[in-house]
Amino acid sequence: MKVWHFSEMGYHPAWPQLEESYRVIIPSRLYDPKVGADLYHRYLDEWALCDELGINIMTNEHHATATCADSVCTIPMAILARETKQVRLLALGMPIGNRNDPIRVAEEYAMIDVISRGRVEMGFVKGVPFEIAPANSSPPDLMERFWEAHDLILKALTSHDGPFNWEGRHFHYRQVNVWPRPWQQPHPPVWMPVGSPGSAAEAAARGITIGVLNTGWVRTPAIYEAYRKTAGETGRTVTLDKLAYMALIGVGETREEGWRRADQILGYSRTSGIVAPQFMNPPGYASEAQSAQALKASGAGFRAGRIQSRDGRNLNPRTMSVADAIDAGLVFAGTPDDVFDQMRAFYDHVGGFGHLLMMGQGGLLDHAETVANLTLFSREVLPRVEEVPG
Amino acid sequence: MECVDIAGVSLELLTEGEGPPLLFLHGGDYFAQHRDFFAKLAERWRLIVPRHPGFGGSTRPDSFRTVHDLAYLYLDLLDRQDLRDVMLVGASFGGWIALEMCVRCLQRIGRLVLIDALGVKFGGREERDIADIYALPNAELLRLTFFDPTLAVPDYSALSDEEAASIARDRAATALYGWRPYMHNPGLRQWLHRVHVPALVLWGENDGIVAADYGEKLCRSLPRARFELIREAGHYPQIERAGAVADAVERFARAEVL
Repeated sequence: MKVWHFSEMGYHPAWPQLEESYRVIIPSRLYDPKVGADLYHRYLDEWALCDELGINIMTNEHHATATCADSVCTIPMAILARETKQVRLLALGMPIGNRNDPIRVAEEYAMIDVISRGRVEMGFVKGVPFEIAPANSSPPDLMERFWEAHDLILKALTSHDGPFNWEGRHFHYRQVNVWPRPWQQPHPPVWMPVGSPGSAAEAAARGITIGVLNTGWVRTPAIYEAYRKTAGETGRTVTLDKLAYMALIGVGETREEGWRRADQILGYSRTSGIVAPQFMNPPGYASEAQSAQALKASGAGFRAGRIQSRDGRNLNPRTMSVADAIDAGLVFAGTPDDVFDQMRAFYDHVGGFGHLLMMGQGGLLDHAETVANLTLFSREVLPRVEEVPG
Repeated sequence: MECVDIAGVSLELLTEGEGPPLLFLHGGDYFAQHRDFFAKLAERWRLIVPRHPGFGGSTRPDSFRTVHDLAYLYLDLLDRQDLRDVMLVGASFGGWIALEMCVRCLQRIGRLVLIDALGVKFGGREERDIADIYALPNAELLRLTFFDPTLAVPDYSALSDEEAASIARDRAATALYGWRPYMHNPGLRQWLHRVHVPALVLWGENDGIVAADYGEKLCRSLPRARFELIREAGHYPQIERAGAVADAVERFARAEVL
């Protein structure tokens, strides 16, 4: 199994000033560039450390938010492509249904793949509903744009005989000719995050690696099962390296220390869903049945994420304790033994996976604590995790 | 409701009443709240109300993406049913469709009524002519949409699954046709001089989605239009003041015009 360290590069200094929304409508006067610069550099330092620790690197992006100051996922990747030498670089990833220019995405990934000498993994994301407003992308045909952009990017990265024509429904180019071509052949591995069995099946039919985030103990098995089932039906061999799971990880010399770190990282889960409700379910983003149920629940059509304990209780992400989050399968925390045992139990529960996406920094976990967390994980947990079949 | 097949669309069509033909093109939401208005119109007109493709029970072919498609579809409908001297009434989003029809072909259209219509851009690039309904908190959205939301807004929790799904479908289809450019066609304004049928621009005095000032500009952009305010009504005066709007349409039909 492979392990990846992920941080949202949160701009937490603004959090105390936010209440109703951490996203979309918050004024950027709450962002101090001098403080922000220090934060960017410390997060980059933590990723650079991963190169020494043998932990791969994962970035992501969100927009108009203080929860994630990484608004362009390929920018830290580009910096780290030169600053690191060994580990692989995953962006999970680029919201290609929200970006207007898929060719630019292909160029960014190709350039970083070459600079890093073939260490890029390309994530393509649908994007959470509250990314619609900052991008002003039309929600009803988001996935149609997503798949057209996906097809165009892959064709652009794998065509090496001069320009080709693309006159699709959403994207028009008459001279597609991406330079440089990627280092990896035919192209860097493709990932997408999924949160439902339906989208897992869509990824499986195309052989795309799925990253499953925040679905926990209750919802993850059905997602992996849908992936395995569709992959089998479409004649693909399912290997565990097509399946990834993200967990918030706090490890310590003592259980108390590990839990304290996890509690700080949980600042991510406690803030990430706080969004002005009108941006939670833009029309046409969710399925008709989902939107109908949301409408009946409240006329505004608010849709909330679900986090459930193993015994089916709904957990409030804003007040969730470490014990609750461990029970829900969102957090692995404690001593190195605790973390490994929790991960292994989850692995067995869902039928195995090949990538552990480790949120090793989140919320208010500071630099020294993050370094300690990553270092201890690398020394005491990673060797055992790497032996788990993936 | 019957269904007719036109241009690859299975079009759900409500037809009621006897009299001269009136084609009503509905807006993006609150279709179920139009019963009173339809009943009043059907007393005097042969009322024809299509559900736009992608709304209600009407299918949307994959290629139907823009208001232009809807305009051609309804021009086809007029041809197909051989309707003449039609009273064309478009409300909100439906008013935009009506304008797109009129700049193309007026052959079968006798008179035009626009009710709190969208579709035209008057202001500059940093002015919001049309409130961003997708970015407003729900309570504020309702306050801007209605004179009295407590009377007009349904109890969503009491809806059947199918009724709720129909509303979700309507809202998704509205977004599909109107997301970007937002609820207007940047090129439409320069062709409004072609709408040389008698026109009545009706506006809810309390419309906070598209203010009455926009309605007056729209009126001035049409060669033969006059403007009338509906008191105690927001963006959907035909819901909040069904009788007043139906009467205004009737008076306009009988009036001498420019």
